[in-house]
Amino acid sequence: MSGFGNAFSSSIGKKFIMGITGLFLVLFLIVHCFINALIFFNDGGLTFNIGAHFMASNWIIRAGEIVLFVGLLAHIFQALRLTLQNQKARPVKYAVNAGEANSKWYSRSMGLLGTLLLIFLIVHLSNFWVVSRFTGIPTVDANGHEDLYAVMALTFQNIWIVILYTLAMISLCYHLLHGFASAFQTLGWNHSKYNGIIKSVGVWYSILISLLFAAMPIAVYAGLIH
Amino acid sequence: MSTGNMNLTLKVWRQKNNKTKGALVDYKLADISPDMSFLEMFDVLNEQLINKGDEPIVFDHDCREGICGMCSMFINGRPHGPKDLVTTCQLHMRSFKDGDTIVVEPWRAAAFPVVKDLTVDRSAFDRVIAAGGFISVNTGNAQDANNLPIPKMQADAAFEAAACIGCGACVATCKNASAMLFVSAKISQLALLPQGQPERYRRVQSMVAQMDAEGFGNCTNTGACEAECPKGISLENIARMNRDFASAKFISEETI
Repeated sequence: MSGFGNAFSSSIGKKFIMGITGLFLVLFLIVHCFINALIFFNDGGLTFNIGAHFMASNWIIRAGEIVLFVGLLAHIFQALRLTLQNQKARPVKYAVNAGEANSKWYSRSMGLLGTLLLIFLIVHLSNFWVVSRFTGIPTVDANGHEDLYAVMALTFQNIWIVILYTLAMISLCYHLLHGFASAFQTLGWNHSKYNGIIKSVGVWYSILISLLFAAMPIAVYAGLIH
Repeated sequence: MSTGNMNLTLKVWRQKNNKTKGALVDYKLADISPDMSFLEMFDVLNEQLINKGDEPIVFDHDCREGICGMCSMFINGRPHGPKDLVTTCQLHMRSFKDGDTIVVEPWRAAAFPVVKDLTVDRSAFDRVIAAGGFISVNTGNAQDANNLPIPKMQADAAFEAAACIGCGACVATCKNASAMLFVSAKISQLALLPQGQPERYRRVQSMVAQMDAEGFGNCTNTGACEAECPKGISLENIARMNRDFASAKFISEETI
């Protein structure tokens, strides 16, 4: 047996995986949000398509995509394992449990929020990722780049897609509000000089990322993006 | 806060043993003084039950001054009731109002099986301590003061962790029935002091392994444990335990 023993199978080790993959996904969202926000240049998606083309053609990004999917799957499977174990740890439930007296509702609902995000993610991947990687983007823009912007503009004409995306971003916001600071605590980064910074950066990050993402389908649907 | 005596309805968990199913049973109590402690109110109820020839309600209690960690009631959805930083024995009936209905349940966790009524078996905690919550030296007589210089901040943090009375409120309130606050306090009180250093990284691995073996859940950092702990044990202890665990697994060359 290796010297690492039960490093990742113990309760704390499993939490390390949640925290590390969670922070990795936090970094991914920054890149994703930045590239997508290029649609706000209002130049018919030309700048956005340059960004999308770079992301699709750069081999480092493509290798990173594999790491991203592995990280995402690890986050989901580990969460499932932990949730099942946690349910077994309390077989008889309380008749009365005043959770709101001692903790935030979203910190107690990470599984629910995560499940909503997973449902969104399946729709989201089939909307864009499957199109750009497999079925193919039908048109090209003035620069000769595949016109992913056109796919986006068309997808967000559907009000139900816009509503789903907006609701998912509310889930994302609450998921991050707990998850961001929680990852640092899990990894042992609790320090009186930094706790305040981690907490406020976490809150700002969660709100800004979710607002920016939600603004995209809403702005396209409202005809504000040209 | 009420001044006159009050009438209450209690819904108390009654369970013969851990093989049988339990249920909440209603009891009416009249003329309860607001100056009584919660446990004294139970004494009154039990006296009435005994006088009627009924089986009294079994509940854990010992010192009744908030230091032994024996009392363990889950009152209206919160361990040790509605007040912060007190145990059930330090909770007084003036925290309730005339006509209130109070639901009292035992700690609920797979690792804390019900013995009878409101009493649960918390020996899982003892086994976690036995797995490494000690120092293997012959301590002998007390040394001269300041023989071992310990920074004040360090000594204070160790003392705050050592304030844990092992009541199990953290496990009871945690949505995952996780024991991490308890285990991390018992690890920290030694990890922060020089006497605890030789076994520091063995200790964290052994105690965490025992905690997992007992069937406690996993921490999701909701912070409910810290909020409900009658001794105000801090979440910092859990972060310290996680750090020590990572050091033990990934940096220390010693394997156990």
